[in-house]
Amino acid sequence: MELLAFGKTGWGDELFYATLMTVAVSVTAMLVGFLFALIFTPLKLSKYKTLNFVGNFYTTVIRGVPELLVIYLFFFGGSGAIMYVASIFGYYEYIEINAFITGAVAIGIISGAYSTEVFRGAIQSIDKGQFEAAKVLGISKFVQFYKIILPQMLRLAIPNLSNVWQITLKDTSLISVTGLVEIMRQSYIAAGSTRDPLFFYSFAAVLYLLLTYISMKFINKLEVKYTRGY
Amino acid sequence: MDFDLMITSFPKLLGATVITLKLLSASIFFGLFLGLFFAILRLNKNIFINKFAYGYSYVFRGTPLLVQIFIIYFGLGQIEYLRSTVLWVVLKEPYWCAIIAFTLNTGAYTSEILRSAFQTIKPGIIEAGKSLGISNRIIFYKIQIPIAIRQSLPAYGNEIILMMKGTSLASTVTLMDLTGVAKYIISTTFKPIEVFIVAGGIYLFMTFIIHNVIKYLEKKYSFQQ
Repeated sequence: MELLAFGKTGWGDELFYATLMTVAVSVTAMLVGFLFALIFTPLKLSKYKTLNFVGNFYTTVIRGVPELLVIYLFFFGGSGAIMYVASIFGYYEYIEINAFITGAVAIGIISGAYSTEVFRGAIQSIDKGQFEAAKVLGISKFVQFYKIILPQMLRLAIPNLSNVWQITLKDTSLISVTGLVEIMRQSYIAAGSTRDPLFFYSFAAVLYLLLTYISMKFINKLEVKYTRGY
Repeated sequence: MDFDLMITSFPKLLGATVITLKLLSASIFFGLFLGLFFAILRLNKNIFINKFAYGYSYVFRGTPLLVQIFIIYFGLGQIEYLRSTVLWVVLKEPYWCAIIAFTLNTGAYTSEILRSAFQTIKPGIIEAGKSLGISNRIIFYKIQIPIAIRQSLPAYGNEIILMMKGTSLASTVTLMDLTGVAKYIISTTFKPIEVFIVAGGIYLFMTFIIHNVIKYLEKKYSFQQ
C-alpha cells in the first residue's frame, strides 16, 4: 500500500494525474472523432459516387488497420507532415508536435471512423416519412436536421456511441508508446523503478475498470434522458 | 514517395505476416473454446458460477488489451513460485504470453457473443426437441450449439477482425510481427507513410479475406434456403 502513497514516497499522486491525463486524451479524441464524423457521415450518405468513395475509404482503412500502426504513422510522420506544410509557407525551423496532440489526433481519427458508422446507421434507420413530411411542410434543410433528424438520431446513436467511447478509452493506452504519461506509461515507469510490474499493471487494470464503470453509469443516465417518450 | 523502399520492405513485411497469422489463428482457436465454455457458464442457474463468468468477461472487456499483455508478460514472471513450475517454460516466451493474453481477451468477447446467441434461440425449438423425446444433452449439442454458432457469425466475424488488429500489440513485447517489423523499418528509415501504405495494405487485405469468408459462411448456413 505504501507504493500508492501520495507525495514523494509513493506513486499515488503520479497515477492520479496519469488517470486525469487518460480521461483528457479520451475526451479530446472523442471530440476530434465527432469532428471527423461530422465531415464523413454526409459523404457516406451522399448521392455522388466519388464522395461515397471518399467516405468509405476513410472508414474501411481506419477500421481495417491496427490502431498501433496508425499511432506509429502519426508519431513518426506527424512532425514531418507539419514541417512540410510549414515549408510551403516559408517556415523552415524544426517543429516538434506535443505528444498529447499527436495522440489525441491519432486516436481521434480512429474513433471518428467508428462514430461515422454509428451516425450513418442511426440516420439510415430513421423512417423516410420523417424526411418527406419535413419537406412537405416546407421546413428548411437546416431546421429539418437540427430539430427533427438529430433528436431522433441521438436516441438510436447513444447506445452505440457508448461502445465507441469504451473503444476510445481503451485505445488511449496505446499512446503510451509515444511517451505521453497516461495510466499505462506511468505504470510502466513505476513498474520499472520499483521492480513490481505485477502490482502496477494490475492497478492500471483496476483504474481502467473504474473509468469504464463510471462512464457506463453516466451514459445510462443520458440514455434514459434521450429515450423519454418512447 | 519512395517506391524503392516500398518494394524492398514488402517481402520483409510479408514474412512478418506469418507471425501475425500464427498469433491470430492460435488465439482464435483457443478463444473459441474458452468463449463457449464461459457462455455455457453464463447460462448456468447457479448464481456464483454465473457471476464468475460475468466477472471474467467484464474484466477482460473493460481493460485494454495492452494491460493484459503486460500483466501476463512482465507481471507473472515476478511470482517466484511460478518460476519454479513447468508453467515457466511457457510464460518466459513472449510468443506464448501474447497468445495467452489474446486468448483470454477474445474468449471474453466470444462468450458474450455466444451467450446472446443462446438467449435468442426460440424456446419453441427446444420444446420441439423435448416433445420428440430427444435428451437434453443431445438438444444442447445438436440443436442449440449449431443454431447459436450460426446466429453469432456476423458478430464473430467482427471479433476475428478486431483480434487481427489486436495481434499488433504483440510488437510491444518484443515480437516481430507485421506491426513490429513495420515500426522497425519506420524508425530506421524515417519514411512512415510508405511503410504504413504497405503494412496497412497487408492488414486490409487480411480484413477483406476474413470479411468475405464470414459472408460466405453466413450465406451457406443461412436459415432461408
